[in-house]
Amino acid sequence: MIRARGLSRRFGDKRVLEKLDLDLQDGGFLVVTGANGSGKTTLLRLCAGLLAPTAGELRVETDRAGIGFLAHEPLVYRELSALENLDLYGRLYRVPERRERIGMLLERFGLWSVRNERAGSFSRGMLQRLALCRTLLHEPELLLMDEPFNALDAEGIELLGQQLEELRGGRTFLVATHDPDRLAPLASGSLALA
Amino acid sequence: MTYFHDVATLTRKDLLLELRARDTVPAMLLFVVSALVVFHFALPSESSRLAAYGLLWVALVFTALLGLVRAFSAERDQGLLDGLVLAPCDRSAIWLAKALSMLGFLVLAEIVALPAFAIFFHGIGWTTVAGVALANVGICTVGTLLAAMAAASRARELLLPLLFLPLAIPIVVGGVGAGVVENGGRYLGLLAVYDAIFAIICWASFEYVVTE
Repeated sequence: MIRARGLSRRFGDKRVLEKLDLDLQDGGFLVVTGANGSGKTTLLRLCAGLLAPTAGELRVETDRAGIGFLAHEPLVYRELSALENLDLYGRLYRVPERRERIGMLLERFGLWSVRNERAGSFSRGMLQRLALCRTLLHEPELLLMDEPFNALDAEGIELLGQQLEELRGGRTFLVATHDPDRLAPLASGSLALA
Repeated sequence: MTYFHDVATLTRKDLLLELRARDTVPAMLLFVVSALVVFHFALPSESSRLAAYGLLWVALVFTALLGLVRAFSAERDQGLLDGLVLAPCDRSAIWLAKALSMLGFLVLAEIVALPAFAIFFHGIGWTTVAGVALANVGICTVGTLLAAMAAASRARELLLPLLFLPLAIPIVVGGVGAGVVENGGRYLGLLAVYDAIFAIICWASFEYVVTE
């Protein structure tokens, strides 16, 4: 699914990734760890196509429709409700049976009762749940997740754990985290960035 | 058809955001009326109508600029452009939707501005109205592309006017010309050609503006 050879990325004079080799097979679950500034987010953004490498080769065997990207920011409009945000992305991703899929995800992540409230009124944890709904909405084959457990409460962590377990196998995961132990049972490999 | 479906979805989102936040149109309305009031008192009573037309266009261009500065504010402040860029739609749909919503905001401002101009200065002819309509297309297409470029910069409030105002000169020339000369058709033609050329350039280049 992902193949990188000599992948490098610089921001001005700062080298963030340097000659990274990476192979992630279809259905794999790669956990990426590393200190702050080690390039975890940069690697995810490169794989998502949001950044271009400054050197090396990167091949991702899926198009934009097949990528689910969970970023640091929830990527939802604060002035729109949870339902309106998911409807917007559902339309852009041409999700079949959109309303049913949105309803199911909101229900699963415990946001159904606040579906008509603006995302701006949500706590950080609720925004993370909404971001997870957005990421999973179009059933992507490649999931790029940056600190997916960030800001979630115990219930949210359990929910996400269950969701990842259900999705594991059929999909490919590249997950950046500071807490690799939590993902250890699911992981097929790990990558430590220096 | 899916392209226009995406444009409609994104335009609806932009209009809904403005309806909820109300931070662009009220500012544009207030600015254009205030500017015309100031010009009314600043311009000596014996001044020609040509000077008044010039000031109308100054007010319209700067009102548009005020809206354009805020065009990508939601996306910029919340990092949302990544979400839109990742969606599997043609990226030019983001530009077209933004330009259409900006066009809507500008038309709203002009619905107030043109009658206010008629009250403070003198009546306007159909060529002026046609000039404004054609100029709107150019302002919104070029302005939206430049607003997206400026949004990535820290000095965006400074950068956008620096990029936009030189490119708006043909619009002002065409708009003023259409209003003041006897037969303004030539100037309307200039505006139409400007619109067509720049709409194509902006449509084709937006993808490179929002991606590396």
